[in-house]
Amino acid sequence: MGLLYGLIAVGLALIFGLMDVTNFAHGEFLMIAMYASFFLFSYFAIDPLLSAPLVAAALFVFGAIVYLLIVRFAMRAKANAGMVQIFTTFGLAIVMRGLAQLFFTPDYRSIPPSLIGGKTVSIAGIFLPEPQLVGALVSIAAFAGLYLFIHRTDFGRALEATREDPGAVALVGIDKNRVFAFGWGLGAALVGLAGAIMAVFFYIYPDVGASFALIAYVTVALGGFGSVFGAFAGGIIVGLVEAVTALMLPPSLKSVGIYAVYLLVVFIRPRGLFGSM
Amino acid sequence: MDKNFAARRRRDLIIAAVLTAIAASAPLFVKNVYIQNILVLTLMYAALSQSWNILSGYCGQISLGHALYFGIGAYTTELLFTKFGVLPWFGMLAGGGIAAAIAMGLGYPFFRLRGHYFVIATIVIAEIGLLLFQNWEWAGAALGITIQVRGDSWLKFQFMRSKLPYFYFALALCCIAWFVTWWLEDSKWGFWWRAVKDNPEAAESLGVVVFNSKMGAAAVSAFLVAVGGAFYAQFLAYIDPESVMGFQFSLLMALPAVLGGIGTLWGPVLGAAILIPMTELTRSYIGGSGRGVDLIVYGTLIVLISLALPQGLVSLLSRAKSKGATR
Repeated sequence: MGLLYGLIAVGLALIFGLMDVTNFAHGEFLMIAMYASFFLFSYFAIDPLLSAPLVAAALFVFGAIVYLLIVRFAMRAKANAGMVQIFTTFGLAIVMRGLAQLFFTPDYRSIPPSLIGGKTVSIAGIFLPEPQLVGALVSIAAFAGLYLFIHRTDFGRALEATREDPGAVALVGIDKNRVFAFGWGLGAALVGLAGAIMAVFFYIYPDVGASFALIAYVTVALGGFGSVFGAFAGGIIVGLVEAVTALMLPPSLKSVGIYAVYLLVVFIRPRGLFGSM
Repeated sequence: MDKNFAARRRRDLIIAAVLTAIAASAPLFVKNVYIQNILVLTLMYAALSQSWNILSGYCGQISLGHALYFGIGAYTTELLFTKFGVLPWFGMLAGGGIAAAIAMGLGYPFFRLRGHYFVIATIVIAEIGLLLFQNWEWAGAALGITIQVRGDSWLKFQFMRSKLPYFYFALALCCIAWFVTWWLEDSKWGFWWRAVKDNPEAAESLGVVVFNSKMGAAAVSAFLVAVGGAFYAQFLAYIDPESVMGFQFSLLMALPAVLGGIGTLWGPVLGAAILIPMTELTRSYIGGSGRGVDLIVYGTLIVLISLALPQGLVSLLSRAKSKGATR
């Protein structure tokens, strides 16, 4: 579970953590991805795990478009930049939920146990359901990929430089909008990946994103803004804490443990575990 | 400059008095219960947003967890009323006091946090409150509390036959919140808060006790929001955790101030006067289909307004005025 939270958080870590843009529609990106993989499954009988790259590609385009059409302008605000970003993306989230209700109806949907669903694998005596295992592997791969991408490629450096000082970046010939549009696309694609995997074992409905979005924020902040590794570690901690809390408290209270740990961590380290900002 | 400031403040006071008089006479003309209902909600959100604005607008500490104080006000009042028979008037003050105390208690660790870490902490603490109330059997858990009807009376602040008493209370609350803001603007606190918002380090070096200023703002803000929560509970005669402490409320409280003009005296009132009727009307005229069209319209409007007027609707007014002045 922790790795799945990590996977949802990693896209947010890129948008929110590295580019420092607040995205309150992150949960709705996840929701769209889950619907996408649901419809690919029900109309074309493509298994969610096989359609995951397709969904990720679609979300990449979607994320880049959202940036170019909306977020670009929200970032231009000279005053109250933070609030403008919060409420622009919040408005976008409401629109997306409304659209989902309109076109997909508020019904709960689920994908029947697929190719890999329902089976379990045993590793050294511990039994794991297969979808979770695949999710975990994809999650680790995504993190490793993003980490290398940010720290080893020119694009990653351009991204960080653009956040630090857009003016100076423009002087050396980097187009801020292209870098950020690509970053948003990439962030959305990662959420798409998470959504495709999660579609296998969660109900899909227009408000599904909201329940995961807050945990994703907490995960990113727990790990610390500006750190991909932090988001990964945050995801694992959140998963572990949730499992432990679920053992001690009634299931309806399981998130309390996660929130309490977040508060505890930032009270001790106001920049999160591995944050640089 | 000083003269202008004093003149502006006097003018603000006069405008407020005129607006209050107009609002107070509105029920003479508006007999439709549905529209009266919208007016009550508009005034309530104006009051809430004005209170939120004290901490988040003037002092610059963006809180998206004020639903916690709203819920505490509602729950304190109703638990005292239904379990111990304490009159809602006392419950309201008790709720306000508890909320202010909690705000200050939370202030100790919270005000060390900056930026996103602070905002997320406020969301998270309200969410913890929500989950605890949902699981607190004695307080009705997720089912909430239904307030017994004991006949219309000012003493018990309960009115089934008419919405007018609620209307006047909401108007009074809105006036109080506005007046507190007006008064604080010109007080030592008001200047400190603006200094803290603009540059905390510089403010500190000039002798502003940053931490205490933030605490003061948090306490005043939480107290007023909790009174609003107590009012809302009496108004609905039914509360449950999600409907008084949900994250939605934190955003709904912030939204009028942000759209109207954050950190300004008139922003919250202006924002609420436009936003709340718009929300209610889209909900009842297009929302009936239950197909989400109202959400699409509502969301689109929020996106457009926040993109077009990052400083809020108030900036339109001052822009028009400065144009007139230069002419």
